[in-house]
Amino acid sequence: MTKDIKVLGSGCKKCQMTAEMVQTEANKLGVPIFLEKVTDYAAMAAYGIASTPAVVVDGKVVHAGGLPRAEDVDAWLAEA
Amino acid sequence: MSTCCPSPSPAPRPSLTSSPAFWYAGTGLGLAVWVLLYELLQPFATWAVAQLPVAPGSHLEEALAFFLYDTPKVLMLLTLVVFGMGIVRSFFSGEATRRLLAGKREGLGNVAAASLGIVTPFCSCSAVPLFIGFVSAGVPLGVTFSFLIAAPMVNEVALGLLFALMGWQVALSYLGFGLGIAILAGWVIGRFHLESWLQPWVLNVRMGATQLPDMRMTAVDRIQAGLDSVKDIVGKVWLWVIAGISIGALIHGYAPADLLASIMGKDAWWSVPAAVVIGIPMYSNAAGIIPVVEALLGKGAAIGTVLAFMMAVIALSLPEMIILKKVLTGRLIAVFVGVVGLGIVAVGYLFNAVFAG
Repeated sequence: MTKDIKVLGSGCKKCQMTAEMVQTEANKLGVPIFLEKVTDYAAMAAYGIASTPAVVVDGKVVHAGGLPRAEDVDAWLAEA
Repeated sequence: MSTCCPSPSPAPRPSLTSSPAFWYAGTGLGLAVWVLLYELLQPFATWAVAQLPVAPGSHLEEALAFFLYDTPKVLMLLTLVVFGMGIVRSFFSGEATRRLLAGKREGLGNVAAASLGIVTPFCSCSAVPLFIGFVSAGVPLGVTFSFLIAAPMVNEVALGLLFALMGWQVALSYLGFGLGIAILAGWVIGRFHLESWLQPWVLNVRMGATQLPDMRMTAVDRIQAGLDSVKDIVGKVWLWVIAGISIGALIHGYAPADLLASIMGKDAWWSVPAAVVIGIPMYSNAAGIIPVVEALLGKGAAIGTVLAFMMAVIALSLPEMIILKKVLTGRLIAVFVGVVGLGIVAVGYLFNAVFAG
């Protein structure tokens, strides 16, 4: 099943790196994803986060603040 | 988590690095090597300068001695401070800080917010989501500002460099005065009741109730967080440090000793506000500016004047105001800059008085 992944952030360098990292790991693991970058502040607030970049997988916030680690990304992608 | 089947166990890591003992021993060893190298810096710099074909006592020799000793010293102390701060910060997050501050009264709330501003991980690109997150969670506006002032001003890079170049008394005073400005300025802004000067859409934002997953960290995770912040921060600012020290070395070796006494000395009362006004729009890294500031001190500049300049450069900047324009109206930004600027001027005079002679 395609995973719906949102990277929340204002478009700063770390947010872009996070999005690239998710895409790279997904390609590596062969997991189909739909990746979307959310830059709207009101939308970010609706997810209840206060620090960016944040990552939302299938509607669930899994990470907020700073670059995630590659092994964490793999864990989110591996979860069925 | 609402998964239908048990999640697969994470891939096993290599056995050596997964053992906590490896990380504890590595950290201990790293610290021991650090101390040893630090002890060797002075003899090394003396020896290295003696090998160079420069006349002893010349301007060039003075500049080189400053550069060769201070560059490794500053980088080493910076690494240590950033590592320690990385570990401290792993205990905090923007979301947890918001929870702590929500519903706090002004006064004590300002103190808590300014203190948390120092230890909560913060990057300037996070400023807007954080601001909205705080305000919509019921953190009073003045308390939010206390956080927003302390977070950039009192940072590990500034503290590490001040400690390395000017001693712990100056670093500690900077910490205390920075906190004081953040607490008082936030409290004053709160007294003005300027909620209506926020951009209108901010007040309509509804905060989601999403809870972050419980991110329990082990001691090894925290050591890794410390190393990550060294990689991230020191990796980013080392060039600034070298550039700053190079300029500082030139000033040390070549500028006449009383060059700045008349314009940046203690007797020029107007130099503090002038330094703050010049520093506010400027945007620079603490890493680049502190070595230059330290060199100016040796040339007759008063410490309060140069620190006020530095605080203005670090705490307030044009790019930051442009980012904040998304959530604050121009009038509120003007109040913010005015109150913080006045606080920095006051600290400049105080520093000049405290460290006089």
